[in-house]
Amino acid sequence: MENLGQLGQYLGAGLACVGMAGAAMGVGNVAGNYLAGALRNPSAAASQTATLFIGMAFAEALGIFSFLVALLLLFAV
Amino acid sequence: MAEEEAGGLVFHPMDQFVVKPLFGEGPVNWYTPTNATLWMALAALAITALLVFGTRGRAIVPNRVQSIAELLYGMVHKMVEDVTGKDGLKYFPYVMTLFCFILFANFLGLLPKSFSPTSHIAVTAVLAVLVFVGVTVLGFVKNGAHFLGLFWVSSAPLALRPVLAVIELISYFVRPVSHSIRLAGNIMAGHAVIKVFAAFAAIAAIAPVSVVAITAMYGLEVLVALIQAYVFTILTCVYLKDALHPAH
Amino acid sequence: MFSLLQQTAPVVVEESETVIITESAEAAGHGADAAHAVAAADAAHGAAGHAASAPGMPQLDFTTFGNQIFWLLVILAVIHWVLSRIALPRIGGVISDRQGAITGDLMAAEEFKQKAKEAEAAYDKALADARAEAGKIVAANKAEIQKELDAAIAHADAEIAARAAESEKRIGEIRASAIEDARNVAREVTAALVENFGGKADQGLVDAAVDQRLKGALQ
Repeated sequence: MENLGQLGQYLGAGLACVGMAGAAMGVGNVAGNYLAGALRNPSAAASQTATLFIGMAFAEALGIFSFLVALLLLFAV
Repeated sequence: MAEEEAGGLVFHPMDQFVVKPLFGEGPVNWYTPTNATLWMALAALAITALLVFGTRGRAIVPNRVQSIAELLYGMVHKMVEDVTGKDGLKYFPYVMTLFCFILFANFLGLLPKSFSPTSHIAVTAVLAVLVFVGVTVLGFVKNGAHFLGLFWVSSAPLALRPVLAVIELISYFVRPVSHSIRLAGNIMAGHAVIKVFAAFAAIAAIAPVSVVAITAMYGLEVLVALIQAYVFTILTCVYLKDALHPAH
Repeated sequence: MFSLLQQTAPVVVEESETVIITESAEAAGHGADAAHAVAAADAAHGAAGHAASAPGMPQLDFTTFGNQIFWLLVILAVIHWVLSRIALPRIGGVISDRQGAITGDLMAAEEFKQKAKEAEAAYDKALADARAEAGKIVAANKAEIQKELDAAIAHADAEIAARAAESEKRIGEIRASAIEDARNVAREVTAALVENFGGKADQGLVDAAVDQRLKGALQ
């Protein structure tokens, strides 16, 4: 039974890492759209870097959550 | 046994985060000086060295250290002014404290054999809760009940507003959680990944790859250390703006 | 490693908190009880590393939270005190000083520029004045020279005229004496000729005839 629990732990941790893909897409989306907008209107780009970082931080936080879930499954359960 | 299956590799990615007493053995009481204490104190010393001793000359034409100090000052000052407006500048020392502490704790944590206080949920949660409680109290003190307008989206249709209010309320209370876990998670993840790569270096055949990977990750972590400090600070500014101007 | 954690977990839980926390790389050497227990459970891996990760994630080891929070608050208070009392006022002062110095310098530069413009205008004026003066002096000198020149020319003209007149007179005299001589010679020759041809030379007639003849030739 213990081994089965471990199996579940490891599988769960691995599956949780799939969530990072979503964060990766999110961050890429934010950066890509920022770049597209900045190329269209370079003069407005500098004023929006703060927004860029906030957006990236929000997108990235969710990936970190999934990473955290993986760690919790591995170490804390 | 993961390490046996990997051919004698020993992975201890989390050992670097263990809080130990600085002197001898014994329980970690609330007053015990630990390695966390040491590295937080070093961060404070580094901040003092840069911002106080570096600017000792008060030169009109700054030397290198003073330029860096002024760069940090100008960056945070401009951030507070841009995001929260002129009336947010009153809270600039507090924001600067947060920024400097996180930045220096992150950077010092990148030294080999060091300890990252910001990789611990306990530390970042305190930082985030301080911001959360401070901002909430400030919002009620400055705006009274009007602060609750933050949750009542007056631009939405009336039927949707209660639903939106619940969502806004939840997202408001999730703020300190994401605020703290973002910082701790980023730092912890980076350090753990470097440690995992380092463990792979025990196999001679892939050691060069491992070293290159560690170098690359280290460069990324330097960037992350700065960006996470910046993000934490700018989110603090955003929350501060919500408290000062809860026009939603 | 993870399964080892599972196995040793009950052992560790039985120990006091002290042991959990203090188990580190050195713990095995100190011969703590837990080290023995862990070593017994799995001697092959060595006790130290596993005992260190006994709480799984050190971040979730709640026994260290009080310590970290306490020291964090202390450090934050220190940093805040240093920044708000010493560093930030100083840096802010330096930056505003520099701003003031730059504005002051810019204004001084503007003033100097104005002064330079005035100086240039004064210089231009002086140059124009000097030029006018020089022109005046040149004109005056020219007039004077012209006058002197005119006077000299007039003087020279007068002298030339005088000399010419004198020469004229002398030429006239010479011519008159030459005519007289020629006439006397002509008369004497005529008288001699008349006498040689056997006539008797009447001096009066001869003179009249010679004069008559000479009148056309000498005029």
